[in-house]
Amino acid sequence: MGRVVVDVMPKPEILDPQGKAVAGALPRLGFGQFASVRQGKRFELEVDGPVTDEVLAAARAAGEQVLSNPVIEDVVAVYEDTEVPAR
Amino acid sequence: MSRIGVVTFPGTLDDRDAARAVRLAGGEPVALWHADADLHGVDAVVLPGGFSYGDYLRAGAISRFAPVMGEVVDAARGGLPVLGICNGFQVLTEAHLLPGSMIKNDHLHFVCREQVLSVERADTPWTRDYAAGEHITIPLKNQDGQYVADERTLDELEGEGRVVFRYEGWNPNGSRRGIAGISNAAGNVVGLMPHPEHAVEAGFGPDGPKGPRTGTDGLRFFTSVLKALVS
Repeated sequence: MGRVVVDVMPKPEILDPQGKAVAGALPRLGFGQFASVRQGKRFELEVDGPVTDEVLAAARAAGEQVLSNPVIEDVVAVYEDTEVPAR
Repeated sequence: MSRIGVVTFPGTLDDRDAARAVRLAGGEPVALWHADADLHGVDAVVLPGGFSYGDYLRAGAISRFAPVMGEVVDAARGGLPVLGICNGFQVLTEAHLLPGSMIKNDHLHFVCREQVLSVERADTPWTRDYAAGEHITIPLKNQDGQYVADERTLDELEGEGRVVFRYEGWNPNGSRRGIAGISNAAGNVVGLMPHPEHAVEAGFGPDGPKGPRTGTDGLRFFTSVLKALVS
């Protein structure tokens, strides 16, 4: 079994209200060293076989067409997760 | 009598209110199910509010792939009047019938209020019973209501007169340029975040000039489309 990770983030020019709220909460809990926070999404796509170039290409296409909305989000990374824990 | 389809997705909340608004305006509401790949010959379609598919992934993102949406997209491109309210507006943006997208309200709170809008365009099939520049009051209730698009798209919308409604007085969610509702280039597809279907009958609407709960400013969306269909 293989696993592909697709990371989606809000576009840099889009204000990220959730990240801003998290950034506001951190100093109240003693984490004063972080200037800002942006919150995105991580998708884990599993395949029965190995992660081939075709699988990665399909994961990127799914990321761009379904998992993200290109108006507000970017697919920032598509990669094989090589440390798949046994389930 | 004109038949107006009202789509129900899993998680849709306001389909009954939308159907009731159609009936009060003098039309015949037709229930359309998300799994139907058939519009049953309706003359117009309303995509109501709610949390279709739990807003999973993004608001409206999964609904776009429902069988009924393939039919709605084709018919809309052919000129069928389509109105998306709140979650329905989000579905229309995800289906690429309308540009831009909605993100969380800038203040992060769910908002539920009686909202004043200015009607910018009174020449769409959904707004012809209003006057351009008129102020109307209808409910607004959402979490992901902040309309965003890039500057070029916003300039295009303004330049082509496709901003149909703007928030008046206070921008309740941080929407770019105070935009509350827009149309496609042809004008037959309109989406907005506030809820006209909740302001169609005295006793149940926002406060109005005649007293508490007397506001029925939303009814003319539905009378507008019925008139547009027979003219």
